[in-house]
Amino acid sequence: MASHAIAGHDDGHAHTHHTTTGLDHRKIAIWAFIGSECMLFASLISTYLIYKGKSLVGPYPHTEYTDAAGKVFPAILDIPVTSASTFVLLMSSLAMVLALQAVQLKGTPLPANAGWWTRAQRSSQLWLFTTALLGATFLGFQAYEFTAFVREGLTIKTNLFGSTFFTLTGFHGAHVTVGVLWLFSLLWIDRTRGLGPKDELVVDIAALYWHFVDVVWIVIFTLIYLIQ
Amino acid sequence: MATLAAPARATAVPASSTGLWSWIATTDHKRIGTLYLWTALAFFLIGGFEALLIRTQLARPNMGFVSAETYNQLFTMHGTTMVFLAVMPLSAAFFNYLIPLQIGARDVAFPRLNAFSYWVYLLGGIFITVPILFQVAPDGGWFGYAPLTTTQFSSGPNIDFWVIGLQVLGVSSLAAAFNFITTIINLRAPGMTLMRMPMFTWMSFVVQFLLILAFPPITVALVFLLMDRFFGTTFYAIAQGADPLLWQHLFWVFGHPEVYILILPAFGLVSEVLPTFSKKPLFGYNVMVYSGIMIGFLGFGVWAHHMFSVGMGAVADSIFSLMTMLIAIPTGVKIFNWIATMWAGEVRFTVPMKFAIALIAMFTIGGISGVMHSSPPADLQQTDSYFVVAHFHYVLFGGSIMGIFAGIYHYYPKITGRFLDERLGNVHFWLNFIGMNLTFFPMHFSGLLGMPRRIYTYDAGQGWDLFNLLATYGTYLLAIATAVFVWNFVRSRTRGVIAGGDPWGAATLEWAIPSPPPEYNFAQIPTVTSRYPLWDLKTPSWHEGEDAHGDTGTPGPSPLKEETETHTAKALGIPMPYPTAKPAFTALGLVVMFSGLLFLRNDLFAVAMTVTLGGAAMLIGGLYAWLTSPLE
Repeated sequence: MASHAIAGHDDGHAHTHHTTTGLDHRKIAIWAFIGSECMLFASLISTYLIYKGKSLVGPYPHTEYTDAAGKVFPAILDIPVTSASTFVLLMSSLAMVLALQAVQLKGTPLPANAGWWTRAQRSSQLWLFTTALLGATFLGFQAYEFTAFVREGLTIKTNLFGSTFFTLTGFHGAHVTVGVLWLFSLLWIDRTRGLGPKDELVVDIAALYWHFVDVVWIVIFTLIYLIQ
Repeated sequence: MATLAAPARATAVPASSTGLWSWIATTDHKRIGTLYLWTALAFFLIGGFEALLIRTQLARPNMGFVSAETYNQLFTMHGTTMVFLAVMPLSAAFFNYLIPLQIGARDVAFPRLNAFSYWVYLLGGIFITVPILFQVAPDGGWFGYAPLTTTQFSSGPNIDFWVIGLQVLGVSSLAAAFNFITTIINLRAPGMTLMRMPMFTWMSFVVQFLLILAFPPITVALVFLLMDRFFGTTFYAIAQGADPLLWQHLFWVFGHPEVYILILPAFGLVSEVLPTFSKKPLFGYNVMVYSGIMIGFLGFGVWAHHMFSVGMGAVADSIFSLMTMLIAIPTGVKIFNWIATMWAGEVRFTVPMKFAIALIAMFTIGGISGVMHSSPPADLQQTDSYFVVAHFHYVLFGGSIMGIFAGIYHYYPKITGRFLDERLGNVHFWLNFIGMNLTFFPMHFSGLLGMPRRIYTYDAGQGWDLFNLLATYGTYLLAIATAVFVWNFVRSRTRGVIAGGDPWGAATLEWAIPSPPPEYNFAQIPTVTSRYPLWDLKTPSWHEGEDAHGDTGTPGPSPLKEETETHTAKALGIPMPYPTAKPAFTALGLVVMFSGLLFLRNDLFAVAMTVTLGGAAMLIGGLYAWLTSPLE
């Protein structure tokens, strides 16, 4: 990455770079980035919690609301559906782990009597595609959820709940979108020139980001959907 | 002045490194640092000119020099410019220039990301500054309190420029912070342990963590404001049940660490200047490191002392008051350690040394008035008065600016190869020092006599007239001082006395290489065995009888060699990053994307979408082109 070749440490490889910790720069940068992202989501989630129960008009997340005209708005959060989408996102993290493993295993030869699962474990394309597909499925759930809420009378302008809910989950969804694009980019590289063990770091960094976005969703799901 | 006679030396400059394009496409941390320095000084002059207009309006009671509306724009832009476009980027100029040199690296960890940070800063700075020429500059104060800044109370485009501009500038600071954290952790030369790092690098390290942790809350606060203004959300809509303190909390969770983001780099700079001109190691190095980290930690626990008057209750007031008093301890430790560094040293009163000593004295005054309003009962008397204005100008002008000037005079020879003129420097220093005190000291009195901040004029006979007139005279003196400095700064580039690699007899790695440094910095990456490698090299016995040295054992003669000749990177076989304009193009895409929002104000939805999507396409295209091309 950076220009830091040291005379004497060069093992004949023009781009061998020495680093103080032995870690690649990108690995350190992604951790710093994730640290910063923690503060971003902490601020968004705190605002949601501060405004919890402060909305003057409905619809409300967990309770029924009847407006002045007598129209009844049921509790708006659909926990079974979101549980399903949460499961999808959690499974995508599993697929991500398998994608990283597949890239790491590329160099080692396959045993002669390898079964289908051992073969599948070697396919980084399969697992990168699965991860991206599960991420996209989660986004599909979110799109369904948002349109359903709007149909039921909750927009970003309706009340404090609408503003904080759509902004927080929207920010998370935007992060998932970036992750899906990132995974498809990796898949594209894998299909054109193949990802090998030397690319482990590139996949590892994407995986760290992906798991982080997943963990944030677990917090959001717990605090916003499950705790009433 | 110069202690080493140095011959005039022509630095080898490849033909590809001149001309405008070479600056747009540069990935060299030193050139990016130079760009930051010039740009930030330009914004410093703009912010200073705004202050000049403010003080002219306040010179006498009931002046009609500017209108109330213009006055609001002036004080908002003065604060915004000085904080985000002058002092922070001046610090960034030193981060860029010095961190790789001080840790013995050839560049930062991500040279292209570094260029991206600069271009985002420049374009964001222009975006937020230009509106004042058309009288539509932001007018809600540098703190932009919502709900005052929501569309209901500020319907014009003024606040739009502010909220979008700050959002853009935040991207610049964050990108730079990730870069410097990685650089300091991962690019230290062999032997450069954390506890051997020069103090400037240490303080910068702390600042980068403050940046990555403090900027997200203001980003979120600005997103809420942006959504309220453009998409009708209710984050700050009191009528819908919103909390009027939400903005204040989010802003000051950022805003107080920001204070340390502004001052710690200056602390670092004077911690380089004082040992050099006292010919002594920094007193209590370890404690200086720990107190810097302590300031960083505590800085996140004191934000609500900006909000004592909102009625948070006795418990919250007490906690924040205690935390605020606590933070004075590590700060006081630093003051005493600087004094002890000079104590019994061979002190040379050069211009950078004078500025460094001025920081110690002036920051102490500002620090003490800060402790005064850490007490809520006292603060309730002082808040929103000119006493607070006096306080934070003593810490920001008396602290940050004095420290940065110390750094500029100290490092100008390294950056340009020539000294700033010492005589003009002395004139600048004394005019600046007297002007600063004449401007800000009287504000303590007008503040305690009840003069509120942010008023555009006042009636005579309230006891404020004399103090305001003095402050205005002081500002004019500061303007003259700055003119002297600018003249010196520009003139010395070609006419200054030639400086050698180590003109001050300093001790750290950046002085082991020629001035200005070659593009690759170090022909051979040095091996470091102590905190003061150059003193070990030049006088191996200098540390005898010193126990403040800190390192275990007595280092032998330094394995470091002072480099006196420069070659091209190619001749030495050092791979250098390619020049590329992709980061600048990507930065332009980012700013275009955000500026699309402006058209929503006039219901030009199609235009807004076109500009935003066009900007986004530039941003994404630029990023892909950048990330898929090799660095070097």
